[in-house]
Amino acid sequence: MASLDHKSHDMGLHAEQLAGRTQQRFFSATEEENFTYPWSHEVDFRLAEEFDADTMTATEINLKIRELMQNGVGTITVRNPRARHGVGVGILNRLNLKFEGSLGYFGCGLVDGPNIHITGRVGWSCAENMMAGTVVIDHNAGSTFGAAIRGGDLVCRGDVGSRTGIDQKGGTILIGGRTGAFSGFMMQRGRMIVCGDAGKNLGDSMYDGTIYVGGEVEDLGVDCVPGEMTDIELDWLTAKLGMYDMEPACGIANMKKFVAGKQLWNYDNLEPSEKKLVL
Amino acid sequence: MNDINKYLETDGLDTDREKDIGQHIGYRYDVNLVPDMSRCTDFLRKYMDVMGWSDLNWLEDVHMGYEEGNAAVFDRNINGWVTVPDDIDLPDNQQDRDMIARELLIKFQMSSSHPMVDLMNAYRKF
Repeated sequence: MASLDHKSHDMGLHAEQLAGRTQQRFFSATEEENFTYPWSHEVDFRLAEEFDADTMTATEINLKIRELMQNGVGTITVRNPRARHGVGVGILNRLNLKFEGSLGYFGCGLVDGPNIHITGRVGWSCAENMMAGTVVIDHNAGSTFGAAIRGGDLVCRGDVGSRTGIDQKGGTILIGGRTGAFSGFMMQRGRMIVCGDAGKNLGDSMYDGTIYVGGEVEDLGVDCVPGEMTDIELDWLTAKLGMYDMEPACGIANMKKFVAGKQLWNYDNLEPSEKKLVL
Repeated sequence: MNDINKYLETDGLDTDREKDIGQHIGYRYDVNLVPDMSRCTDFLRKYMDVMGWSDLNWLEDVHMGYEEGNAAVFDRNINGWVTVPDDIDLPDNQQDRDMIARELLIKFQMSSSHPMVDLMNAYRKF
């Protein structure tokens, strides 16, 4: 146990009441082999169903998907989604879900676990706040693709709009084509792989995380700097891109890596000078 | 990080600013470290198989961290640290430690004792 005897204790900085912040919970770290959340539905991938969403509302589509999961269906195909907004959202379950067609905005948001395949295009903010699983789009995607994503693989085989992965907090965003301006804006962690070109201000104000680009970068945003590729990253990139049959035209070994310069980290050090300016 | 036990054996405070406030600034591990799948455990491979994934998926962002001088893993679902039990021997490299952290986090999150179970029972709408 490290010593907690710091100058800060003399200054009285650690006198706050901590009760309620620490909990003691008991679980078996060696015996349990539960791989799904206690509240998730038991589904079988071999049990497949499909339905036509041509005349259904977004709510009806989402409720139908939930109903099928409750019945143990593990593979669902939705035909004719007709670019409706906000479908395939809030799925906290293992599931194979396929949309035959395109989705509107906020499709497949807030998901935790499913593997989703969209054969068409998607509107803006696809897979916003995604926690885990895979979402694969065969064609193009709109702006703020993977906004605030926290985990999982989000794949667009075509081009995407601006602000891809804005506020990204984890996970991997893979883009087969080009990405627009301000991609990786305020990125905090996670990885973004762009096989094609990247627009202006790539990685602007990024706090952490890594961006890999195969094509040309129009310019870098504030505090985004080139990084050095490691062997383990090359292995990881090869495996990850291989999973989705993707490869940049320049070859994986020639991809460029960008990281945070971390000059924005210690803003608390600016406090004294800011105070002087105020005075 | 050169010394893997730095945050277990020392206070880990390097800069003057950190010493003043008594807290470490930034992460206590390399958040950008990608997993070495040759070190993946059987338990994690089973989990990947159940979920239908070819790699660690969201667990790629899970690393072993250090909190209050103890090895710990951050659980995003409770926004808190889960301490690694004392009886688990820590390997001498971060990759193997990360695999242990991933296993532990799965076991905790999928346990009926997880705080999310209480929250779901109290607040879930459907």
